[in-house]
Amino acid sequence: MSRDYDVAVVGGGLLGSAIAWGLGRLGQRVCVLDEGDMVKRASRANFALVWVQSKGLGMSAYTRWTVAASNSWPRLAEEIREQTGLDVCFQRNGGFHLALSEEELAQRADTVKRMSEQPGGAAYHFEILGHAEVAKMLPHIGPEVVGGSFCPLDGHVNSLRTFRALHTGLARLGVDYRPDHAVTAISYTGGGFRLTTAGGEIASGKVVLAAGNANETLAPMVGLTAPMGPTRGQVIVTERTAPFLPHPLTTIRQTDEGTVMIGDSKEDALDDSEARLPITSVMADRARRTFPLLGRLNVVRSWAGIRVMPKDGFPIYDQSQTCPGAFVACCHSGVTLAAIHAYELAPMIAAGRLDPDRTGAFSARRFAEAAKDGTDMPAGPHGAWAQEKRNVQAH
Amino acid sequence: MFKRIEEDRRRAVEIFVEGQSVTAREGDTVAAALLASGLDVRRSTAVSGAPRLPYCMMGVCFDCLVTIDGMGNRQGCLVPVREGMRIEIQKGKREIGR
Repeated sequence: MSRDYDVAVVGGGLLGSAIAWGLGRLGQRVCVLDEGDMVKRASRANFALVWVQSKGLGMSAYTRWTVAASNSWPRLAEEIREQTGLDVCFQRNGGFHLALSEEELAQRADTVKRMSEQPGGAAYHFEILGHAEVAKMLPHIGPEVVGGSFCPLDGHVNSLRTFRALHTGLARLGVDYRPDHAVTAISYTGGGFRLTTAGGEIASGKVVLAAGNANETLAPMVGLTAPMGPTRGQVIVTERTAPFLPHPLTTIRQTDEGTVMIGDSKEDALDDSEARLPITSVMADRARRTFPLLGRLNVVRSWAGIRVMPKDGFPIYDQSQTCPGAFVACCHSGVTLAAIHAYELAPMIAAGRLDPDRTGAFSARRFAEAAKDGTDMPAGPHGAWAQEKRNVQAH
Repeated sequence: MFKRIEEDRRRAVEIFVEGQSVTAREGDTVAAALLASGLDVRRSTAVSGAPRLPYCMMGVCFDCLVTIDGMGNRQGCLVPVREGMRIEIQKGKREIGR
Protein backbone atom coordinates (compact mmCIF):
# COMPACT_ATOMS: atom_id res chain seq x y z
CA MET A 1 0.00 0.00 0.00
CA SER A 2 1.37 3.38 -0.88
CA ARG A 3 1.77 5.70 2.05
CA ASP A 4 1.48 9.39 1.39
CA TYR A 5 2.65 10.32 4.87
CA ASP A 6 4.53 9.01 7.87
CA VAL A 7 1.88 10.52 10.13
CA ALA A 8 -1.62 11.86 9.59
CA VAL A 9 -2.69 14.20 12.39
CA VAL A 10 -6.46 14.44 12.64
CA GLY A 11 -7.34 17.91 13.88
CA GLY A 12 -5.61 21.22 13.18
CA GLY A 13 -6.33 23.09 16.41
CA LEU A 14 -3.66 24.00 18.92
CA LEU A 15 -3.18 20.40 20.00
CA GLY A 16 -2.94 18.94 16.49
CA SER A 17 -0.78 21.83 15.30
CA ALA A 18 1.66 21.53 18.19
CA ILE A 19 2.05 17.79 17.65
CA ALA A 20 2.37 18.19 13.87
CA TRP A 21 4.91 20.97 14.35
CA GLY A 22 6.90 18.75 16.70
CA LEU A 23 6.79 15.91 14.17
CA GLY A 24 7.66 18.21 11.28
CA ARG A 25 10.78 19.51 13.00
CA LEU A 26 11.96 15.90 13.36
CA GLY A 27 11.76 15.52 9.60
CA GLN A 28 8.63 13.40 9.54
CA ARG A 29 6.35 13.58 6.50
CA VAL A 30 3.17 14.84 8.09
CA CYS A 31 -0.27 15.91 7.01
CA VAL A 32 -2.83 17.67 9.17
CA LEU A 33 -6.42 16.81 8.33
CA ASP A 34 -8.65 19.60 9.51
CA GLU A 35 -12.18 20.80 9.17
CA GLY A 36 -12.93 24.07 7.42
CA ASP A 37 -11.83 27.46 8.62
CA MET A 38 -15.37 28.24 9.77
CA VAL A 39 -15.38 25.40 12.26
CA LYS A 40 -15.85 26.32 15.91
CA ARG A 41 -12.61 25.87 17.74
CA ALA A 42 -11.50 25.91 21.34
CA SER A 43 -8.22 27.16 19.85
CA ARG A 44 -9.94 30.43 19.07
CA ALA A 45 -12.25 30.64 22.10
CA ASN A 46 -9.73 29.97 24.84
CA PHE A 47 -8.44 32.20 27.64
CA ALA A 48 -4.73 31.87 26.74
CA LEU A 49 -3.27 31.09 30.15
CA VAL A 50 -0.13 29.02 30.48
CA TRP A 51 -1.19 27.79 33.86
CA VAL A 52 0.27 25.59 36.54
CA GLN A 53 -1.48 26.31 39.84
CA SER A 54 -4.46 24.05 40.48
CA LYS A 55 -3.52 21.51 37.80
CA GLY A 56 -3.34 17.91 38.87
CA LEU A 57 -5.39 17.48 42.00
CA GLY A 58 -6.19 13.75 41.83
CA MET A 59 -3.40 12.92 39.38
CA SER A 60 0.10 14.03 40.34
CA ALA A 61 1.47 12.98 36.94
CA TYR A 62 -0.57 15.83 35.48
CA THR A 63 1.09 18.30 37.82
CA ARG A 64 4.51 17.10 36.70
CA TRP A 65 3.49 17.19 33.04
CA THR A 66 2.12 20.73 33.42
CA VAL A 67 5.21 22.04 35.21
CA ALA A 68 7.39 20.52 32.49
CA ALA A 69 5.18 22.17 29.85
CA SER A 70 5.44 25.53 31.55
CA ASN A 71 9.21 25.14 31.69
CA SER A 72 9.37 24.31 27.96
CA TRP A 73 7.27 27.29 26.88
CA PRO A 74 10.14 29.81 26.69
CA ARG A 75 11.90 27.47 24.28
CA LEU A 76 8.77 27.08 22.14
CA ALA A 77 8.12 30.82 22.03
CA GLU A 78 11.73 31.48 21.03
CA GLU A 79 11.87 28.75 18.40
CA ILE A 80 8.58 29.88 16.84
CA ARG A 81 9.84 33.45 16.74
CA GLU A 82 13.05 32.44 15.02
CA GLN A 83 11.17 30.29 12.57
CA THR A 84 8.26 32.58 11.70
CA GLY A 85 9.17 36.05 12.96
CA LEU A 86 5.98 36.02 15.04
CA ASP A 87 6.18 37.02 18.68
CA VAL A 88 3.57 35.06 20.62
CA CYS A 89 4.13 37.31 23.65
CA PHE A 90 4.74 34.53 26.14
CA GLN A 91 5.06 35.94 29.65
CA ARG A 92 5.69 33.96 32.78
CA ASN A 93 5.86 36.35 35.66
CA GLY A 94 3.52 34.51 37.98
CA GLY A 95 -0.25 34.38 38.22
CA PHE A 96 -2.94 34.81 40.83
CA HIS A 97 -6.20 33.27 41.80
CA LEU A 98 -8.01 35.91 43.85
CA ALA A 99 -10.75 35.37 46.41
CA LEU A 100 -13.62 37.75 47.11
CA SER A 101 -14.56 36.26 50.48
CA GLU A 102 -12.90 34.50 53.41
CA GLU A 103 -14.76 31.35 52.43
CA GLU A 104 -13.34 31.43 48.91
CA LEU A 105 -9.85 32.01 50.27
CA ALA A 106 -10.17 29.12 52.72
CA GLN A 107 -11.37 26.90 49.89
CA ARG A 108 -8.42 27.92 47.79
CA ALA A 109 -5.95 27.37 50.60
CA ASP A 110 -7.41 23.91 51.12
CA THR A 111 -7.02 23.05 47.42
CA VAL A 112 -3.41 24.22 47.50
CA LYS A 113 -2.70 22.20 50.60
CA ARG A 114 -4.22 19.02 49.21
CA MET A 115 -2.25 19.44 45.98
CA SER A 116 1.05 19.99 47.75
CA GLU A 117 0.46 16.90 49.88
CA GLN A 118 -0.08 14.61 46.89
CA PRO A 119 2.68 12.04 46.57
CA GLY A 120 4.60 12.22 43.31
CA GLY A 121 3.66 15.77 42.40
CA ALA A 122 6.13 18.39 41.33
CA ALA A 123 7.48 20.69 43.98
CA TYR A 124 6.96 24.28 42.97
CA HIS A 125 6.54 27.52 44.78
CA PHE A 126 3.01 28.46 45.58
CA GLU A 127 1.75 30.80 48.27
CA ILE A 128 -1.41 32.12 49.83
CA LEU A 129 -1.29 35.89 50.23
CA GLY A 130 -3.50 38.33 52.10
CA HIS A 131 -4.98 41.53 50.69
CA ALA A 132 -2.01 43.75 51.54
CA GLU A 133 0.53 41.38 49.99
CA VAL A 134 -1.57 40.97 46.85
CA ALA A 135 -1.95 44.75 46.62
CA LYS A 136 1.83 45.16 46.48
CA MET A 137 1.83 43.23 43.21
CA LEU A 138 -1.63 44.17 41.92
CA PRO A 139 -2.15 47.75 43.09
CA HIS A 140 -5.59 48.13 41.50
CA ILE A 141 -7.41 45.42 43.49
CA GLY A 142 -10.59 46.46 45.22
CA PRO A 143 -11.37 46.30 48.94
CA GLU A 144 -13.43 43.13 48.51
CA VAL A 145 -10.36 41.10 47.51
CA VAL A 146 -9.43 39.26 50.70
CA GLY A 147 -6.38 37.55 49.23
CA GLY A 148 -5.43 34.82 46.86
CA SER A 149 -2.95 32.24 45.73
CA PHE A 150 0.15 33.11 43.73
CA CYS A 151 2.29 30.78 41.65
CA PRO A 152 5.41 32.14 39.91
CA LEU A 153 5.25 29.47 37.20
CA ASP A 154 1.97 30.81 35.85
CA GLY A 155 1.85 32.96 32.79
CA HIS A 156 -0.01 33.69 29.60
CA VAL A 157 0.50 34.07 25.89
CA ASN A 158 -1.19 35.45 22.82
CA SER A 159 -2.94 32.22 21.94
CA LEU A 160 -4.43 33.40 18.65
CA ARG A 161 -0.98 34.38 17.44
CA THR A 162 0.41 31.07 18.76
CA PHE A 163 -2.18 29.27 16.68
CA ARG A 164 -1.26 31.30 13.61
CA ALA A 165 2.48 30.94 14.27
CA LEU A 166 2.25 27.16 14.60
CA HIS A 167 0.43 27.00 11.26
CA THR A 168 3.00 29.32 9.69
CA GLY A 169 5.66 27.04 11.13
CA LEU A 170 3.92 23.94 9.75
CA ALA A 171 4.11 25.42 6.27
CA ARG A 172 7.83 26.20 6.74
CA LEU A 173 8.44 22.62 7.84
CA GLY A 174 6.71 21.25 4.76
CA VAL A 175 3.81 19.81 6.73
CA ASP A 176 0.83 19.36 4.47
CA TYR A 177 -2.13 21.20 6.00
CA ARG A 178 -5.43 20.10 4.50
CA PRO A 179 -8.53 22.03 5.49
CA ASP A 180 -11.99 20.70 4.59
CA HIS A 181 -10.72 17.18 5.24
CA ALA A 182 -12.98 16.15 8.10
CA VAL A 183 -12.27 12.47 8.78
CA THR A 184 -15.26 10.13 8.70
CA ALA A 185 -13.64 6.69 8.78
CA ILE A 186 -10.25 5.16 9.48
CA SER A 187 -9.20 1.66 8.54
CA TYR A 188 -6.06 -0.22 9.50
CA THR A 189 -4.76 -2.54 6.80
CA GLY A 190 -1.36 -3.90 5.93
CA GLY A 191 0.34 -2.10 8.80
CA GLY A 192 -0.89 1.34 7.76
CA PHE A 193 -3.90 3.58 7.89
CA ARG A 194 -6.38 4.71 5.32
CA LEU A 195 -8.43 7.73 6.27
CA THR A 196 -11.67 8.59 4.55
CA THR A 197 -12.12 12.34 4.54
CA ALA A 198 -14.40 14.96 3.05
CA GLY A 199 -11.51 15.74 0.69
CA GLY A 200 -10.64 12.18 -0.37
CA GLU A 201 -8.61 9.25 0.92
CA ILE A 202 -5.32 9.69 2.73
CA ALA A 203 -2.83 6.92 3.51
CA SER A 204 -0.37 7.13 6.34
CA GLY A 205 1.89 4.96 8.43
CA LYS A 206 0.66 6.40 11.70
CA VAL A 207 -2.34 8.38 12.78
CA VAL A 208 -2.74 10.81 15.67
CA LEU A 209 -6.24 11.72 16.78
CA ALA A 210 -6.19 15.32 17.96
CA ALA A 211 -9.72 16.29 17.06
CA GLY A 212 -10.87 17.61 20.42
CA ASN A 213 -14.22 16.35 21.62
CA ALA A 214 -14.64 14.50 18.29
CA ASN A 215 -11.94 12.11 19.46
CA GLU A 216 -14.67 10.30 21.36
CA THR A 217 -16.16 9.22 18.01
CA LEU A 218 -12.88 8.70 16.16
CA ALA A 219 -10.95 6.74 18.78
CA PRO A 220 -13.02 3.51 18.55
CA MET A 221 -12.20 3.35 14.80
CA VAL A 222 -8.61 2.46 15.76
CA GLY A 223 -9.24 0.41 18.90
CA LEU A 224 -8.95 3.31 21.36
CA THR A 225 -11.32 5.12 23.67
CA ALA A 226 -11.53 8.79 24.58
CA PRO A 227 -14.39 9.53 26.97
CA MET A 228 -15.08 13.25 26.79
CA GLY A 229 -17.16 15.59 28.95
CA PRO A 230 -17.13 18.97 27.23
CA THR A 231 -18.30 22.08 29.05
CA ARG A 232 -19.26 25.55 27.97
CA GLY A 233 -17.36 28.69 28.90
CA GLN A 234 -17.85 32.37 28.26
CA VAL A 235 -15.39 35.20 27.82
CA ILE A 236 -15.85 38.97 27.93
CA VAL A 237 -13.33 41.30 26.27
CA THR A 238 -12.96 45.00 27.00
CA GLU A 239 -11.56 47.76 24.86
CA ARG A 240 -7.81 48.28 24.94
CA THR A 241 -6.39 50.06 27.90
CA ALA A 242 -2.90 51.05 28.98
CA PRO A 243 -1.15 48.24 30.92
CA PHE A 244 -2.50 48.05 34.49
CA LEU A 245 -2.46 44.33 35.27
CA PRO A 246 1.10 42.98 35.55
CA HIS A 247 0.08 39.40 36.36
CA PRO A 248 -2.63 37.21 34.88
CA LEU A 249 -5.42 35.84 37.09
CA THR A 250 -7.38 32.65 36.60
CA THR A 251 -10.34 34.77 35.57
CA ILE A 252 -8.91 38.09 34.37
CA ARG A 253 -5.91 38.92 32.23
CA GLN A 254 -4.72 41.82 30.14
CA THR A 255 -3.49 40.86 26.69
CA ASP A 256 -0.27 42.09 25.14
CA GLU A 257 -2.29 44.50 23.01
CA GLY A 258 -4.20 45.95 25.93
CA THR A 259 -7.64 44.32 25.94
CA VAL A 260 -8.83 42.82 29.21
CA MET A 261 -10.24 39.30 29.01
CA ILE A 262 -12.68 38.21 31.67
CA GLY A 263 -13.46 34.53 32.01
CA ASP A 264 -14.10 31.81 32.58
CA SER A 265 -17.44 30.40 33.45
CA LYS A 266 -18.29 26.75 33.31
CA GLU A 267 -21.62 25.23 32.39
CA ASP A 268 -22.65 21.78 31.33
CA ALA A 269 -24.75 23.29 28.53
CA LEU A 270 -23.28 22.60 25.12
CA ASP A 271 -25.02 25.20 23.00
CA ASP A 272 -22.49 27.90 22.19
CA SER A 273 -24.69 29.84 19.77
CA GLU A 274 -24.95 32.76 22.14
CA ALA A 275 -23.45 34.03 25.36
CA ARG A 276 -25.90 33.80 28.26
CA LEU A 277 -26.42 37.14 29.95
CA PRO A 278 -26.87 35.83 33.52
CA ILE A 279 -23.41 34.24 33.26
CA THR A 280 -21.92 37.31 31.63
CA SER A 281 -23.24 39.54 34.39
CA VAL A 282 -21.82 37.41 37.19
CA MET A 283 -18.44 37.37 35.46
CA ALA A 284 -18.52 41.13 34.90
CA ASP A 285 -19.64 41.78 38.48
CA ARG A 286 -16.86 39.68 39.96
CA ALA A 287 -14.32 41.32 37.68
CA ARG A 288 -15.45 44.77 38.73
CA ARG A 289 -15.32 43.84 42.41
CA THR A 290 -11.81 42.50 41.85
CA PHE A 291 -10.64 45.61 39.96
CA PRO A 292 -13.18 48.43 40.46
CA LEU A 293 -11.59 50.51 37.68
CA LEU A 294 -12.64 47.86 35.16
CA GLY A 295 -16.16 49.20 35.58
CA ARG A 296 -15.21 52.21 33.50
CA LEU A 297 -14.13 50.20 30.47
CA ASN A 298 -16.39 49.39 27.55
CA VAL A 299 -16.97 45.79 26.61
CA VAL A 300 -16.26 45.18 22.94
CA ARG A 301 -16.83 41.42 22.57
CA SER A 302 -18.16 38.43 24.40
CA TRP A 303 -18.57 34.85 23.37
CA ALA A 304 -19.43 31.35 24.43
CA GLY A 305 -17.25 28.41 23.48
CA ILE A 306 -17.12 24.70 24.11
CA ARG A 307 -14.16 23.36 26.03
CA VAL A 308 -12.41 20.24 24.96
CA MET A 309 -12.53 18.22 28.16
CA PRO A 310 -11.73 14.58 28.85
CA LYS A 311 -14.34 13.09 31.15
CA ASP A 312 -12.24 13.40 34.32
CA GLY A 313 -10.47 16.61 33.28
CA PHE A 314 -7.04 15.04 32.84
CA PRO A 315 -5.33 14.60 29.48
CA ILE A 316 -5.66 11.36 27.56
CA TYR A 317 -2.62 10.08 25.65
CA ASP A 318 -2.82 6.55 24.43
CA GLN A 319 -1.63 4.23 21.72
CA SER A 320 -3.63 1.46 20.15
CA GLN A 321 -2.82 -2.16 20.89
CA THR A 322 -4.93 -3.47 18.02
CA CYS A 323 -3.88 -0.89 15.41
CA PRO A 324 -0.19 -0.19 16.13
CA GLY A 325 0.72 3.31 15.03
CA ALA A 326 -2.59 4.87 16.10
CA PHE A 327 -2.42 7.42 18.89
CA VAL A 328 -4.99 9.55 20.62
CA ALA A 329 -4.37 12.87 22.37
CA CYS A 330 -7.01 14.93 24.15
CA CYS A 331 -6.64 17.61 26.74
CA HIS A 332 -8.30 20.67 28.06
CA SER A 333 -5.16 22.81 28.27
CA GLY A 334 -4.04 22.96 24.67
CA VAL A 335 -2.30 26.29 25.26
CA THR A 336 -0.39 25.36 28.43
CA LEU A 337 0.61 21.96 27.09
CA ALA A 338 1.55 23.10 23.57
CA ALA A 339 5.25 23.12 24.40
CA ILE A 340 5.31 19.62 25.82
CA HIS A 341 3.18 18.32 22.97
CA ALA A 342 5.73 19.68 20.52
CA TYR A 343 8.88 18.67 22.38
CA GLU A 344 7.95 15.48 24.22
CA LEU A 345 4.79 13.93 22.88
CA ALA A 346 5.67 14.37 19.18
CA PRO A 347 9.05 12.57 19.49
CA MET A 348 7.34 9.65 21.25
CA ILE A 349 4.85 9.42 18.40
CA ALA A 350 7.65 9.63 15.84
CA ALA A 351 9.37 6.76 17.64
CA GLY A 352 6.11 4.81 17.62
CA ARG A 353 5.89 4.37 21.36
CA LEU A 354 4.55 6.48 24.22
CA ASP A 355 6.93 6.43 27.16
CA PRO A 356 5.03 4.73 30.00
CA ASP A 357 7.05 6.62 32.60
CA ARG A 358 6.02 9.97 31.16
CA THR A 359 2.53 9.35 29.83
CA GLY A 360 1.39 6.04 31.32
CA ALA A 361 -0.88 7.73 33.82
CA PHE A 362 -2.75 9.43 30.99
CA SER A 363 -3.88 6.22 29.30
CA ALA A 364 -7.64 5.99 28.84
CA ARG A 365 -7.39 2.58 30.51
CA ARG A 366 -7.96 4.50 33.74
CA PHE A 367 -11.64 4.88 32.82
CA ALA A 368 -12.12 1.16 32.30
CA GLU A 369 -10.24 0.42 35.53
CA ALA A 370 -12.39 2.89 37.48
CA ALA A 371 -15.52 1.26 36.04
CA LYS A 372 -14.24 -2.24 36.87
CA ASP A 373 -13.41 -1.30 40.45
CA GLY A 374 -16.79 0.30 40.80
CA THR A 375 -15.00 3.43 41.95
CA ASP A 376 -15.93 6.85 40.85
CA MET A 377 -13.96 8.69 38.26
CA PRO A 378 -10.83 10.11 39.85
CA ALA A 379 -11.52 13.51 41.35
CA GLY A 380 -9.65 15.52 38.79
CA PRO A 381 -9.29 19.19 38.07
CA HIS A 382 -12.69 18.84 36.48
CA GLY A 383 -14.15 18.28 39.92
CA ALA A 384 -11.87 20.65 41.77
CA TRP A 385 -12.30 23.18 39.06
CA ALA A 386 -16.06 22.90 39.18
CA GLN A 387 -15.85 23.64 42.86
CA GLU A 388 -13.67 26.69 42.33
CA LYS A 389 -15.85 27.96 39.56
CA ARG A 390 -19.00 27.55 41.58
CA ASN A 391 -18.74 31.19 42.42
CA VAL A 392 -18.82 32.16 38.79
CA GLN A 393 -22.04 30.36 38.01
CA ALA A 394 -25.21 32.31 37.91
CA HIS A 395 -27.70 31.12 40.50
CA MET B 1 -9.24 71.93 5.65
CA PHE B 2 -12.75 72.24 7.04
CA LYS B 3 -14.53 75.61 6.94
CA ARG B 4 -17.83 76.51 8.52
CA ILE B 5 -20.51 77.75 6.15
CA GLU B 6 -21.08 81.46 6.51
CA GLU B 7 -24.83 81.14 7.05
CA ASP B 8 -24.22 79.14 10.26
CA ARG B 9 -25.90 81.33 12.88
CA ARG B 10 -26.01 78.76 15.68
CA ARG B 11 -25.04 79.87 19.14
CA ALA B 12 -21.33 79.72 19.98
CA VAL B 13 -20.22 77.15 22.58
CA GLU B 14 -16.80 77.39 24.21
CA ILE B 15 -14.91 74.15 24.65
CA PHE B 16 -11.29 73.50 25.63
CA VAL B 17 -9.02 71.33 23.51
CA GLU B 18 -5.80 70.44 25.32
CA GLY B 19 -6.55 73.44 27.52
CA GLN B 20 -6.93 75.80 24.57
CA SER B 21 -10.22 77.66 24.09
CA VAL B 22 -12.10 76.68 20.92
CA THR B 23 -15.38 78.15 19.72
CA ALA B 24 -17.76 75.46 18.57
CA ARG B 25 -21.45 75.77 17.62
CA GLU B 26 -24.42 74.43 19.49
CA GLY B 27 -25.32 71.06 17.99
CA ASP B 28 -21.77 70.27 16.86
CA THR B 29 -20.49 66.87 17.77
CA VAL B 30 -17.08 66.82 19.46
CA ALA B 31 -15.60 65.27 16.32
CA ALA B 32 -17.07 68.00 14.07
CA ALA B 33 -15.90 70.74 16.42
CA LEU B 34 -12.38 69.28 16.49
CA LEU B 35 -12.21 69.05 12.70
CA ALA B 36 -13.47 72.63 12.37
CA SER B 37 -11.04 73.93 15.00
CA GLY B 38 -8.06 74.03 12.67
CA LEU B 39 -5.91 72.44 15.37
CA ASP B 40 -3.89 69.27 14.95
CA VAL B 41 -6.42 66.89 16.48
CA ARG B 42 -4.93 63.61 15.29
CA ARG B 43 -5.16 60.88 17.89
CA SER B 44 -2.89 57.83 17.72
CA THR B 45 -4.13 54.26 17.66
CA ALA B 46 -3.88 51.88 20.60
CA VAL B 47 -1.58 49.23 19.13
CA SER B 48 0.55 50.67 16.31
CA GLY B 49 0.29 54.34 17.27
CA ALA B 50 -0.78 55.32 13.73
CA PRO B 51 -2.30 58.82 13.46
CA ARG B 52 -6.05 59.05 12.90
CA LEU B 53 -8.77 61.64 12.42
CA PRO B 54 -12.54 61.20 12.71
CA TYR B 55 -13.73 59.34 9.65
CA CYS B 56 -17.26 57.93 9.43
CA MET B 57 -18.91 60.54 11.69
CA MET B 58 -21.72 58.11 12.47
CA GLY B 59 -20.47 55.91 15.28
CA VAL B 60 -19.13 53.02 13.30
CA CYS B 61 -15.40 53.37 12.69
CA PHE B 62 -14.17 54.40 16.15
CA ASP B 63 -11.47 56.57 14.61
CA CYS B 64 -12.71 59.63 16.52
CA LEU B 65 -11.87 58.21 19.98
CA VAL B 66 -11.06 61.05 22.34
CA THR B 67 -10.86 61.83 26.05
CA ILE B 68 -13.83 63.95 27.13
CA ASP B 69 -13.98 65.42 30.63
CA GLY B 70 -11.48 62.86 31.85
CA MET B 71 -13.14 59.81 30.29
CA GLY B 72 -11.10 58.02 27.63
CA ASN B 73 -12.24 56.27 24.45
CA ARG B 74 -15.38 58.37 23.94
CA GLN B 75 -16.64 58.40 20.38
CA GLY B 76 -16.36 62.09 19.56
CA CYS B 77 -18.80 61.84 16.67
CA LEU B 78 -21.61 60.73 18.98
CA VAL B 79 -21.19 63.31 21.75
CA PRO B 80 -22.61 66.83 21.35
CA VAL B 81 -20.43 69.70 22.59
CA ARG B 82 -21.34 71.33 25.87
CA GLU B 83 -20.22 74.66 27.30
CA GLY B 84 -16.90 74.29 29.10
CA MET B 85 -16.24 70.73 27.90
CA ARG B 86 -12.60 69.66 28.29
CA ILE B 87 -11.21 67.57 25.50
CA GLU B 88 -7.87 65.82 25.28
CA ILE B 89 -6.55 64.23 22.14
CA GLN B 90 -5.98 60.61 23.06
CA LYS B 91 -2.57 59.23 22.25
CA GLY B 92 -2.55 55.44 22.30
CA LYS B 93 -4.60 53.33 24.67
CA ARG B 94 -6.91 54.86 27.21
CA GLU B 95 -5.82 54.54 30.79
CA ILE B 96 -7.81 52.33 33.10
CA GLY B 97 -8.65 55.05 35.60
CA ARG B 98 -9.96 57.51 33.06
